[in-house]
Amino acid sequence: MFSLENITNLVSTWLYANLDPTWALVVQFVIVGVLVISLFSILGLVLIMMERRVAAWMQLRLGPNRVGPRGYFQTVADTLKLIVKEGMTPDGADKFLFNLAPFIVMIVSMVIMAPLMFAKGFQIWDVNIGVFFITAVSSVSVIGILMAGWASNNKYSLLGAMRSGAQIVSYELSAGLAILTIVVFSGSLQVSTIVESQADGWWLLKGHVPAVISFVIFIIAVTAETNRAPFDLAEAESELTAGFHTEYSGMKFALFFLAEYVNIFVVCAVGATLYLGGWMPFHIGNWTSFNQVMDYIPSSAWFFGKTFFLIFVIMWFRWTFPRLRIDQLLNLEWKYLLPISLFNLLLATVIAIMGLHF
Amino acid sequence: MSFIRQYLSDVISGVKSLLTGMRLTGKYFIKHKETNITQQYPDNRQELFAGLPDRFRGEVVMSHDDNNEHACTGCTACELACPNGTIKIVTKFDMTPEGKKKKAIDKFVYHLELCTMCNLCIEACPTSAIKMAQNFEHSVFDRRDLTKVLNKPGSKVREGVE
Ligand code: SF4
Ligand code: SF4
Repeated sequence: MFSLENITNLVSTWLYANLDPTWALVVQFVIVGVLVISLFSILGLVLIMMERRVAAWMQLRLGPNRVGPRGYFQTVADTLKLIVKEGMTPDGADKFLFNLAPFIVMIVSMVIMAPLMFAKGFQIWDVNIGVFFITAVSSVSVIGILMAGWASNNKYSLLGAMRSGAQIVSYELSAGLAILTIVVFSGSLQVSTIVESQADGWWLLKGHVPAVISFVIFIIAVTAETNRAPFDLAEAESELTAGFHTEYSGMKFALFFLAEYVNIFVVCAVGATLYLGGWMPFHIGNWTSFNQVMDYIPSSAWFFGKTFFLIFVIMWFRWTFPRLRIDQLLNLEWKYLLPISLFNLLLATVIAIMGLHF
Repeated sequence: MSFIRQYLSDVISGVKSLLTGMRLTGKYFIKHKETNITQQYPDNRQELFAGLPDRFRGEVVMSHDDNNEHACTGCTACELACPNGTIKIVTKFDMTPEGKKKKAIDKFVYHLELCTMCNLCIEACPTSAIKMAQNFEHSVFDRRDLTKVLNKPGSKVREGVE
C-alpha cells in the first residue's frame, strides 16, 4: 500500500548512514523547505482555480474557459502575469515596513504548517504543544496585515488593517475555545496524539453535542480569522478598494493573495485534524471488515480529502452570504460565539470528566 | 427567562436562514449543468440570433405592414412616458380627402444610446404601434448611427387607427 511514511523513513535512514548527523539534519531542513515551498505554489494554483470554479458554478456561470483545456491553465497564466509585473512601492510609504509586510504574512503561514500531520508518520515537527503552537503563531499574521496597512500611508489600507486587527483579535478567542474543547476530549495538545485518539471514531461523531457546536464555532471563527467573506471587512472591495493591500502590486500582492489561500488550507487542515480525525480513516466501532476496507485508502488521501471538503465549505460560505458590517461582526463574536463557546467548553469538560464520550 | 428564550430563538432562526441560503447555492453547484443560465456569447451567436426569450428587450422598433403602414397616430404618449427623453416625435399635418387637417407623425426619432429598455413607452402606446425587438449587437463606430428614425420613409398611418 502507498505510504508516505516509508519514503520519509527511507530518506532519513539513508541520510544518517551516509552523512554525519549535523549534515544529515541540514539536508533534511533543505528538503523540508523545498517541499513546503512547492506545496505553497501548488496549493496557490489549485485553490485559486477551485475557488473560481466553485464561485462560477454557484453563481450560474462557467468560470474560466479560455486558457488551456476548459480554462484550467488560467491560474498558471495569472501567476506568470504577476511574476513579470512591477512591484511598485509608493513614494509616501514607509519603504522598509511596506516591503517586509508580505513576507511576514507569508512566513507565518509557512510556520503554521510545521505541526500539521499530512499523512500517517508524515509531519515536519511533532511538537508536544502542536495545537497551541498553531493558535499562537497564526495570530502573528495580524501584525503583517497591520504593518501593510500602516506602511502604505493610505487611509483605505489603514482602515482595512484596523478592521482586520479588531476582527482577528476577537475571533481568535472563540477559535481558541473551540480548539480547547477537543483538547479537553483528547487530553493532549500534541497533534499526533489527537489524531491517535480518533482511531475508533472522529471527535465530531463521538463527542456528542459539544463537539458539533464547537465544530460550527470553529468554522465560523476561522472564516473570520482568514479574512474570508462574509467576514472580509479587511478587504471590502466595495468600501475600501482592496483594504490593506490596496497599494501592493506584482509579486508582493501575489504573496498576500497566496498567503490567504494557504491560510485557508492550514485552518481547514487543523479543523480536519481536530474534528474529522486527520489522516485517520473512517472507522466504525468494531465492524472489522468495514474498517479494513477503509484502511486501504492511503492516509494522505484521507487527510487531503477532509481538508478539501472543509475548504469547499468555506468557499460555499463565501459565495452564499453577504458581507457583515463591522458592528454586526463584533456583535456576533462577543454576544453569541464567545458565550456559547464558553458554555460549550464547560459542557465538554463535564462530559470528559464523567467519561460520557465514546 | 424571556431574554434567554429570545436569545436562543435568534440563534436558531439565524442558523436556519443561513442554511436556506446555503441550500440554494449548494443546489446550483451540484446541478450546475442544468441551472447555468449564462449565455456563452459569442460562441453561440447563431443560437442567440435564432431565438431569445420573449421578454428580452433589445431595441424599440415600429412595426410596419406590407403596405408600408404603421399604427402610430403621433399622440406623443410614448414621448411623455419615457423617463430619459429617448423619444422625440415630430408631427406634421396631413390633408384628409375631405380637406380637413389631420395630425400625423413626420418623424419618430429614437435615441438608442439613451434608451434603458425599460418598456414604459411600449406600455404607454394606446395603439401598440411600437414594440421591443430582440436584436442586441448595437455597437457602432459613429454615435450618430444610434439616432434612428423608426417610421420608414413614405410610410403612413394605417386606415382606421385613431
Ligand atoms: S424603453 Fe424606456 S427608455 Fe427606452 S424609449 Fe421606451 S420609455 Fe424610453
Ligand atoms: S408610438 Fe404610440 S404612443 Fe408613441 S406617438 Fe405613436 S401612437 Fe402615440
